[in-house]
Formats: sequence, C-alpha cells, structure tokens
Amino acid sequence: MSTDTMALDARRHIARQIRWRPAEVIFWLATLLPFVLFPTHLVLASQIAITALFALSLDLILGYAGIVSLGHAAFFGLGAYTAGLLSKHGWGEPLSGLVLSALVAGIVGFAASLVIARFRHLALIMITLGMGLLLHEAANSASWLTGGVDGLQGVKMWQVLGQFRFDLYGYTAYSYALAVLFLSFLLVRRIVHSPFGLALRGIRENSVRMTAIGASARAHVRKVYTISAALAGVAGALLTQTTSTVSLETLGFQRSAEVLVMLVLGGAGRLYGGLVGAIIFMSARDQFSGITPLYWYFWIGTLLVAVVLFLPNGILGGLARLRWRRR
Amino acid sequence: MTGAAPPVLATRGLCKSFGSLVVADGVDLEIPAGARHALIGPNGAGKTTLVNLVTGMLRPNGGQIFLGAEDVTAAAPEQRVGRGLARTFQVNALFPALTALEAVTLAICERNGVARCWWRSIAGFTAEIDEAHAILASLSIASVCHRPTRELAYGHQRLLEIALALASRPKVLLLDEPTAGVPRSESAELFEAIAGLSRDIAVLFIEHDMSIVFRFASRITVMVSGRILVEGTPDEIAHDEQVRAVYLGSRHHG
Ligand SMILES: Nc1ncnc2c1ncn2[C@@H]1O[C@H](COP(=O)(O)OP(=O)(O)OP(=O)(O)O)[C@@H](O)[C@H]1O
Ligand SMILES: [Mg+2]
Repeated sequence: MSTDTMALDARRHIARQIRWRPAEVIFWLATLLPFVLFPTHLVLASQIAITALFALSLDLILGYAGIVSLGHAAFFGLGAYTAGLLSKHGWGEPLSGLVLSALVAGIVGFAASLVIARFRHLALIMITLGMGLLLHEAANSASWLTGGVDGLQGVKMWQVLGQFRFDLYGYTAYSYALAVLFLSFLLVRRIVHSPFGLALRGIRENSVRMTAIGASARAHVRKVYTISAALAGVAGALLTQTTSTVSLETLGFQRSAEVLVMLVLGGAGRLYGGLVGAIIFMSARDQFSGITPLYWYFWIGTLLVAVVLFLPNGILGGLARLRWRRR
Repeated sequence: MTGAAPPVLATRGLCKSFGSLVVADGVDLEIPAGARHALIGPNGAGKTTLVNLVTGMLRPNGGQIFLGAEDVTAAAPEQRVGRGLARTFQVNALFPALTALEAVTLAICERNGVARCWWRSIAGFTAEIDEAHAILASLSIASVCHRPTRELAYGHQRLLEIALALASRPKVLLLDEPTAGVPRSESAELFEAIAGLSRDIAVLFIEHDMSIVFRFASRITVMVSGRILVEGTPDEIAHDEQVRAVYLGSRHHG
C-alpha cells in the first residue's frame, strides 16, 4: 500500500517541479510595467528584451547542457544580417524575416554542432571563440554584402502583422520583442522540462555516465546547439528589425562575452538567469554611461567578481538559497 | 552445469596496452546466461580496464567482444547498452545535481528512446517515473529519491549506481567493485540486493572481499597482470596453488 502511495508521490513530485510559480507570473506581468512607468525608455526596454532572448538561448546550451561558448554572437549576427539583407533586397515582412533568420542561424548552428559535439571544456571555449572570430572577419571582408565596418544600410521594415508601424518611441519595438521573447521562453521552458531537457542536464552533470546509460550524448548536443543557434538568430533578427540597421558589432567578441557575463550574473541553468542578468546589466549600463562611461567596465568587473565569489550560482541562485534557508 | 547455455558475453584474445604497460593480454572470458561470475585479482591487474574494453569505453588493440552471437567489438558504447550490456563504476559516476528519481527516470527514457522528445512535459511520462520508482524501491532507496544525488549517503550512492545500470534492463551487468568504500558491515547487505536480482541477468562482479566472493559467485576468474591466471568454481579456486601464491598464503573462505 505505502509503495503505491509513494509512487504516486513520485509523479506528483516531478509534476510540482515544473509547475508555474507565482513569482514567474509576477515576473511576466512586470515586463508590462515599462509601458506605464517608463514610456520614454521603451527603446531601451526592447533592447533588453532582445538581449534577454539572446541570453536565454545561451542558457539552453551552457546552463542546461554544460556547453561553454565564447562565440555565441556568431548566431546572433547571422540572424541580424539575414533579416537585414532580406529587407534590403525587398522583403521587409518582420515575422517571416524572423523565421528565415532562425533557419539560417539554425543551419549554421547544426553544421557547427558536428564539431562542437566532439569537444568539451577548454577545447570548446577555443573552438567557439575561433568560429566567432572567423565569422566576424568574414563579414568584415565581405563588405560588398554586409557593408563592412559601416554596417548594413537601407534596412526598411514593413509593419508588424501589417498593422503596427515601428515608431520612434519604441512602442511597437518593445511590444514585438516582448511577445517574441515570451513565446520563445515558453518553448525553452517546455524543452527544459521535457525528457530531452532532463537528458541535457544529464550531459552537463556527467557525460560519461550518459554513455553508460545508453544515451547518444552527441546527438543530444547537436540538437540543443541547433535550437540554441536558431533562437540566437531570432534575437539578432529582432535587433535588426527594431533598429533598422545591422552593425558588424552584432557578430563581435564583445557581444559573446557580455551575454556570458549576463548569464553568469543572473545564474545559469535557471531559465530566468539570463533574463534577470540582461535586465540588470543593460539598465545599469544605461545609467552609468550617462554619468561615467569610463568606469562601466570597472563596475561590471567588480560585480562579476563579487557574484562569482559570493553567489557562485548567480543572483537567482543566491535568492533561491536565501529562501531555502528561511524555511 | 553452465556448459550447455551459450554465453551472453564473451571475449576472445582481448589485448590492450597503455604504452609499454600491457593491461589485457589475450583475455578469453565467457559469461553464460544467469551467471554470478566474480572477477578477482590484485590491484592494477587490469580488471577495470577489462570492463572498459567490454563496454567500449576503451578500444582494444586486438581481439573480439561478443554479446550473444553478435560481434560488438566495433560498436559504440551506447549501442552496447542498447543490446543489453550495463555497468557500474568503481568510483561513483553519477549525476550530482539530479535527484535519484530523475536520474533513473532519465536512464529509462534513454532505454525507451523517448529522451529525444522535447515537446512533451516529463510529468506526462508516468510509466517511466513509476518504473524508476519501482527500481529505487527494490534497492530500498525510494525514501531518499527526491534528494539531489550529491546529498545522498555514500552507501545510497553505491546503490544508485546499480539502479542506473538496471534501468537499461541489461542481460549482462558488470559491477566494478560495487562495495568499494562501503563499510564491511553494509557490504554484505548490498550484495544481498545483488543476489536478489532476476536470474535473467548475468552478473559479472569485481570484488576484493573474498568472503563475499565465495558466498555469491558461482564461478570465479582470477586475473593477474592483464592475464587470466585461472578460472573455476569457488571450490577449485580456493584450492588452487597458483591463486594461493598470488594472494600470498591461505586467505580462506568462510
Ligand atoms: N587510461 C590509462 N592510462 C594509462 N594507464 C592506465 C590507464 N588506466 C589504467 N591504467 C593502468 O593499468 C593498470 C590496470 O588498471 P586497472 O584500473 O584496470 O586495474 P584494476 O585491476 O581495476 O585495479 P583495482 O583493483 O585497483 O581497481 C594499472 O597499472 C593502471 O595504472
Ligand atoms: Mg579497478
């Protein structure tokens, strides 16, 4: 009798872990606040949402599957240029632009994953870094296509859903970016709570044991890397569509490094870590750059060291521990 | 007694060297269905290496490995698991942040081929969760199954090693010192759990404690410096002069 109730309890226990929590609902409701509280900062809010999506895509591979990447901007940039080139050559419809950008980034991501899946740790950092630099340089030299250091000019977006024009205040930009972020988040949330998501955590925790339980860890890695690349591509395309420009910087090393910093700040492997990290990082930069732009990296460096030293699981990890202690 | 049934696992002339160190030197091994086979030998004899070769985690320099009638020498490790070969590790190789229940559920999902599924919630896989719970219950660790593995007592982690191997529904189970690091008083208890496993599973276990070996093994292989010194029933091994020489004196069975 007790075994049966315990087995039922096991099901319930697993179901409980993936339930929507009140804090999540509050978080998403709070993302609507900028419309009311900071109507003059909606452009910034849209950029935060886009960066949050980029960080979320990194979380999927880094936080869940344990794949370190220092070149994730490659896929962001691929998405950005795809959307930009489409529009420049006459196709400015945003939604299909997102889909095509995801496709391009996803295909390149899959090709990269054939190599990525064979390596771990330091080798992986070097390979992803190398791929990122390579693509950046390629885009730089192919200035006939990309506009080189001047960036891609002549991006003209059509109205979203044929109704909403991208306005100067960022009203459409933020609504659009937030909606795409939320839908992507739902997708990622489903993935990490699926059997596949469990397998990803297994790879992160012990890839040797994954092999020993009969898993093809490499196939899982290829799949998640492709999905992550496609999502990063969507983020890049969003940036192009909401700003009507593409700069070489979308592919740059700095972008790869910053998104990693945001994810580590917020807490990797927690779904919301990248989102919280992006909000804190980008609003802080916005504040500081007004006052003392020179000190920005000093403060972000200090914050990063402090977080790694005192909150090894990021800000969200620290909060979770606090709550756990109070009980 | 065991001669009639075809072996579920066999190796022929298996060789492996690390540089100039020969760790497997023409190893021929046959494990019949349902066997309780002990592999013993001094430290560094090459026992763990043999498990790594058989499971495909190391590539042999020569020789063949058969699962049933099938030559799996070239098969990837995960393919061998799919064909009924499972192992445990001498040093715990678990998923520290996963709960015991999650870990075993994952192993079952991999076996069923549903670990690829990314569009359905894990909570819907009730058959897998139930089976995982049943395996953990059969090894008496269901009560701690919601705790992260890293927080489990060492003895429970050793049992989880076995639970993970069982989750793949093996025909052959290779246990590399399942009682390593477990206090003596508890190791007999742990082996009771192993002895209670279904007879459909052939078990090859590496073990240093001779009282346990003689109590649970139906056959014993003695390995020294990468070679099989002798193989026989517990009785034959206990009275073998060469074995006595290796183990320096008359360590006797109880
Ligand atoms: N990857 C490796 N590279 C080089 N040498 C190795 C490697 N793995 C094992 N060895 C060596 O091979 C020999 C056999 O090791 P193995 O682990 O198979 O012994 P064992 O019989 O399992 O010993 P124990 O009872 O201590 O577990 C040892 O001398 C060991 O140092
Ligand atoms: Mg060993």
